[in-house]
Amino acid sequence: MTDSTSLLEARGIGKAFLGITALDNVDFTLERGEIHALLGENGAGKSTLIKILTGVYTRDHGTMRLDGVEVTPASVAEAQALGIGTVYQEVNLLENLTVAENLFLGRQPRKLGLIDRREMRRRSKALLARYGLDIDVDALLSSYSVAIRQIVAIARAVDLSGKVLVLDEPTASLDTHEVEMLFSVLRRLREDGLGIIIITHFLNQVYAVADRVTVLRNGRLVGTRRLSELPRLELISMMLGRELQHITREHQAQEETVADTAEAPIRFAGYGKRGSVAPFDLDIRPGEVVGIAGLLGSGRTETAFLLFGIDRADSGTASVDNQDIALSSPEAAIAKGFGFCPEERKTDGIIGDFSVADNIALALQARQGWAKPISSREKRTLAENFIKSLDIRPADTERPIKFLSGGNQQKAILARWLATEPRLLILDEPTRGIDIGAHAEILKMIERLCTEGMSLVVISSELEELTAVAHRVIVLSDRRHVAELSGDQVTADNIMQAIAASARTEAA
Amino acid sequence: MIHSRNLPFVTTLAILIIAYALCVLQFPNMLSTRVIGNLLTDNAFLGIAAVGMTFVILSGGIDLSIGSVIAFTSVFVAVMVGTLGVHPLIAFAAVLVISTLFGCMMGAMIRYLGIPPFVVTLAGMFLARGAAYLISTESVPISHPMIDAIQGFYFRFPGGGRLTALAMLMLLVFIVGAFVAGRTRFGANVYAIGGNQQSAELMGVPVGSTTVGIYALSGFLSGLAGIAYTLYTSSGYSLATVGVELDAIAAVVIGGTLLTGGVGLVAGTFVGILIQGLIQTYIVFDGTLSSWWTKIVIGILLFVFIVLQRGIIWYSNRKLAEGRLKEV
Ligand SMILES: Nc1ncnc2c1ncn2[C@@H]1O[C@H](COP(=O)(O)OP(=O)(O)OP(=O)(O)O)[C@@H](O)[C@H]1O
Ligand SMILES: [Mg+2]
Repeated sequence: MTDSTSLLEARGIGKAFLGITALDNVDFTLERGEIHALLGENGAGKSTLIKILTGVYTRDHGTMRLDGVEVTPASVAEAQALGIGTVYQEVNLLENLTVAENLFLGRQPRKLGLIDRREMRRRSKALLARYGLDIDVDALLSSYSVAIRQIVAIARAVDLSGKVLVLDEPTASLDTHEVEMLFSVLRRLREDGLGIIIITHFLNQVYAVADRVTVLRNGRLVGTRRLSELPRLELISMMLGRELQHITREHQAQEETVADTAEAPIRFAGYGKRGSVAPFDLDIRPGEVVGIAGLLGSGRTETAFLLFGIDRADSGTASVDNQDIALSSPEAAIAKGFGFCPEERKTDGIIGDFSVADNIALALQARQGWAKPISSREKRTLAENFIKSLDIRPADTERPIKFLSGGNQQKAILARWLATEPRLLILDEPTRGIDIGAHAEILKMIERLCTEGMSLVVISSELEELTAVAHRVIVLSDRRHVAELSGDQVTADNIMQAIAASARTEAA
Repeated sequence: MIHSRNLPFVTTLAILIIAYALCVLQFPNMLSTRVIGNLLTDNAFLGIAAVGMTFVILSGGIDLSIGSVIAFTSVFVAVMVGTLGVHPLIAFAAVLVISTLFGCMMGAMIRYLGIPPFVVTLAGMFLARGAAYLISTESVPISHPMIDAIQGFYFRFPGGGRLTALAMLMLLVFIVGAFVAGRTRFGANVYAIGGNQQSAELMGVPVGSTTVGIYALSGFLSGLAGIAYTLYTSSGYSLATVGVELDAIAAVVIGGTLLTGGVGLVAGTFVGILIQGLIQTYIVFDGTLSSWWTKIVIGILLFVFIVLQRGIIWYSNRKLAEGRLKEV
């Protein structure tokens, strides 16, 4: 009976989907007042375990105890009633409702049986204020960015979790500052005795906030360890089942070849849009990776929208091979050989019922025109290549993509754009939600594509990632391009300094 | 500023006011409480049914059984009261229970067997119509002191118009419907399911009971509409109200509710009903137009509104990019 003192205890959990084992005899124990990281490669079974614990899926095998009492939540509502609040990997709340309605769905404050909207608004404001968010809670959720939606989702889950809080990749769209804020909230909750499960692919974050870690691999338990006693390399090999080959900055050598090409074929001059991004100049040479850094809201995504014609510039010119072009729409940009892999892949990207192969071939097909269908054999070879090079699992071209794990869906979307072999590819947060092994693979692939002459614009909040791939980094602050770093200047420190410096001048 | 969410509703309201003003310009007599009172009474049963349809469409579903359930109800009540001599209140209660259970059953099939609402309610449509024929294929007249009393009851407006019991019942249903949609947890869950069923489920919305509840509500209101129709025509006829579900859908869509679910207002449906009634009234006043013009005008309006809704979705998607700029 000593074990029953644990807050949440799962024993021998097993689950199979259509005969494919997703979880096999997994044990998991969560104590009161601990932050417990759940790690593993894409498709390891993390989200599946979470969904079993929170009543979305029913388990095939095993038992689950909460406070020593055997429970089997049959729905999310039941899990919530037990005090388990969850942010799922794929949930983006409801875009057709307002922020306040999302926060209080299912538990709206009532007066005389009717929803008390004023009280709901007041409480929503107070709730979000704890996350430093002062927004119009009566505006539709769809009018806010992914990051804000994610904070709203977290705020909701935290607010309704009495005992257990589960966060499946909560930080995927957050910047450093917001992550810090989330973590201070989590630490506070830990002090209150809450048990917190967090899934993430950022090992820095794991070490920063978690007490213990449970690692899954291929649906099996590898082990549960205290993080203070676990060196990072050992954790990585627990996850991968092998050592990680370190990625080195190979592009130093290429830099000369890039610089040699004097004239840049893709140029933007005085390009900008009022209220969006101040006019900027940008030359992009073949084989070059231009990184874009900056805090959330600094105009990173807006820059990408301008470059890809989603937003129309109201000043400046764009030219390709010395010919002026009008980037009036994404179609126009695609016709010029541009590609764009947006930040909101989770919601916009996939077509769930289509197979992996169809999803990968989609952009290529769109560019060729629908009159010339890609044969299913071609599709299959195309998909097989990317499945191999990006390590998409399971390696099945015909499986509907909705049955893939979140990270593997991301890889497929990335493959979709790579398949079009664009001349300029714009990637907004390309490695979000992708595990550390695949992360290295993707960076390698980016480098290879560049040696083949493709140009890349990479937007990322992770400075290490930017400095690892970019030849040049543009630093944004307050919707302006404030600095450009190249060559040896490209270091995380310099980028931070550039951001800080511009913040100081503004404050002055 | 008008919320883009309410734009369809505001547009509909503007169209109603402009259309009414134009009608009055041509036929000054249309500006009378008498016309308005008749319009409400004539459309009472349709309005009641359309409230149920609003909930169904808000949840992203559709209910094709409404017209048949109305016919079934009216025949059932007429035979019970007119032929078998049962007290009307008992007949009303019995038929409301039947139609609600019928809706429950359809909702359960949709939810638990995973059959699309279109298919389930299409089957329901045939079933209810068949049951109505089974009871009687004749037009069954109905007369009872209580029914006469209800039919004779009205408030007089200044100007000679009458607010009949039927019109009051419809207004009551709209008011209660608007409260349920806007101010109860059930209503919030309906919008949530219409927005995205999977997300709603992951947020803890009881999708099963809500779905059953939605179709039960639609069944109940169809039954109530059937009672209103019986009172309106003083008879029950199994061939009546064919295609009323389509009129109800039209009222809902013209009222600004998105057919894809999740966005719309019960009040919008009321305006949709008034617009339909206005067109009919105009045709009566004109005297030379065939009543088929109602259908044509409604068809045109539907096109206009669906295009308008597309435009709003496109517009708000564009806004989204700009919306990002407001943050932080
Ligand atoms: N609903 C489903 N139907 C069929 N297979 C599924 C389903 N959900 C998950 N799987 C499979 O189960 C396995 C585990 O998936 P899961 O989503 O738990 O991975 P994960 O560890 O969360 O990965 P990621 O880091 O990519 O989110 C995968 O192979 C996936 O394809
Ligand atoms: Mg996952």
